Amino acid sequence: MPRLTRDRRHGVRFSLNGHPVSVEAEARLSLSDLLRHVVGATGTHVGCEHGVCGACTVEIDGAPARACLVLAGQVEGMSIRTVEGLEPEPGRLSVLQEAFRAHHGLQCGFCTPGILMTLDSLFRRRPDAGEDEIRDHLSGHLCRCTGYAPIMRAALAARDVLMREERHA
Amino acid sequence: MKPAPFDFLRAETLPEALDSLAEAGDEGRVIAGGQSFVPMLAMRLARPAVLVDIMGIAELRGLDRGRGALRVGAGVRQAELASWPDLAETLPLVAAALPYVGHVQTRSRGTVCGSLAHADPSAELPLCLIALGGEVHLRSRKGRRSISAQDFFLGMMATAVAPGEMIEAVSFPLKKKGEGYAFREIARRHGDYAVVACAAVATTTGVRLAVGGVADTPQMRPMPLPGSVDLDDALNDFAWALNSREDLHATARYRRELVRQLGRATIEEAVRCRD
Ligand SMILES: Cc1cc2nc3c(=O)[nH]c(=O)nc-3n(C[C@@H](O)[C@H](O)[C@H](O)COP(=O)(O)OP(=O)(O)OC[C@H]3O[C@@H](n4cnc5c(N)ncnc54)[C@H](O)[C@@H]3O)c2cc1C
Ligand code: FES
Ligand code: FES
Repeated sequence: MPRLTRDRRHGVRFSLNGHPVSVEAEARLSLSDLLRHVVGATGTHVGCEHGVCGACTVEIDGAPARACLVLAGQVEGMSIRTVEGLEPEPGRLSVLQEAFRAHHGLQCGFCTPGILMTLDSLFRRRPDAGEDEIRDHLSGHLCRCTGYAPIMRAALAARDVLMREERHA
Repeated sequence: MKPAPFDFLRAETLPEALDSLAEAGDEGRVIAGGQSFVPMLAMRLARPAVLVDIMGIAELRGLDRGRGALRVGAGVRQAELASWPDLAETLPLVAAALPYVGHVQTRSRGTVCGSLAHADPSAELPLCLIALGGEVHLRSRKGRRSISAQDFFLGMMATAVAPGEMIEAVSFPLKKKGEGYAFREIARRHGDYAVVACAAVATTTGVRLAVGGVADTPQMRPMPLPGSVDLDDALNDFAWALNSREDLHATARYRRELVRQLGRATIEEAVRCRD
């Protein structure tokens, strides 16, 4: 049984956006801090650090989850996708990101990476997700700027493009 | 907002977890989905010396349908139960309540048994367990014991789980022919803990109402049927007997009013749903 003692850092191996990562961390470090401070992937934002705001949302094994509520001790073997993994090639926005740009789905952008990851995982599983389902997924996020309406518009626009692509694929 | 240091043990088998918990005693705690515990660690409301991670234990991951109940292992996440294909058919009350347990982003990791162990007075799953008359299965190095839902919840975030012990599984009694079930809650926003939550079970002979979010633990009472002139009085008595909490979300008076209104609506729905 792996025993991660409190007195030192321990090896943690996981996959980040499809690439293997191997780092050293204390078991008590949060996944959000692990990503930002140890790996240097600062796309994942940190708002409240106790699970209420959704800013830190990443995909873990395909499902959206709050990175601030995962301890480094639990990360071994996980497959993690973050906002850095969304761009199809360097410098090009994904359909979802492009829709957020076009529909003003962000203002300050603090909440955006988390919301993108929730919607990315939703549309991967259910490209035809309905408005209610999208709303339900967004309920796990706080945005202090937009009033959510432009986020909904962006999400629906992205869904429509993704659905069309799916049909023509 | 950073947890105090602890030893983190990734148990791979149940005996490993039970031995670690026995050795750690008062200083040891189980960590399951972490959705309630990690915030408490981060705020240093909890400072255990040893955390035992049970999510790698294969034998705790099962959903087992048999003997009139669904047994949900301690490693089963809320999202897994929600997507179990037979849920709406066999456990309509739990199926109705699960979407109110936090958000997609927390149900993906939070476990069913973790919610029971955490025992928040407003939590939906403890309320369902009380309403259905379920059982919690506890395990320690010394052995097993099963406890009825009524005896499991001792107070606000206090349960019958003893040091060195853990929840191994929970049993939810399956839907019975001729019964109807309903769940309703009022929260400030969807996904927040309930201000008041109600679960009703209508049987062939009567109806019972369980209420969460008002007293320190979910409470249940038999109630008159909706046609009866006594229902209003019974709801009012129940509302007062719960000795309502008062906090920043709602006054005691508002909670009593919700018990009366939401309680009636929930009872009526359960009776309508009987088949
Ligand atoms: C933003 C947000 C909103 C939420 N909203 C709701 C809500 O509306 N309703 C609701 O009910 N919950 C809500 N929750 C909490 C819910 O998501 C948790 O999943 C649940 O309360 C705990 O389950 P867990 O598996 O995450 O347990 P953990 O957080 O890992 O553990 C919680 C506690 O239970 C103990 N424990 C866990 N498993 C066991 C076991 N097998 N044996 C013994 N002890 C054990 C731990 O030691 C700890 O004390 C919310 C959480 C967040 C972050
Ligand atoms: S930073 Fe994780 S939910 Fe707010
Ligand atoms: S864009 Fe500023 S918080 Fe959402």
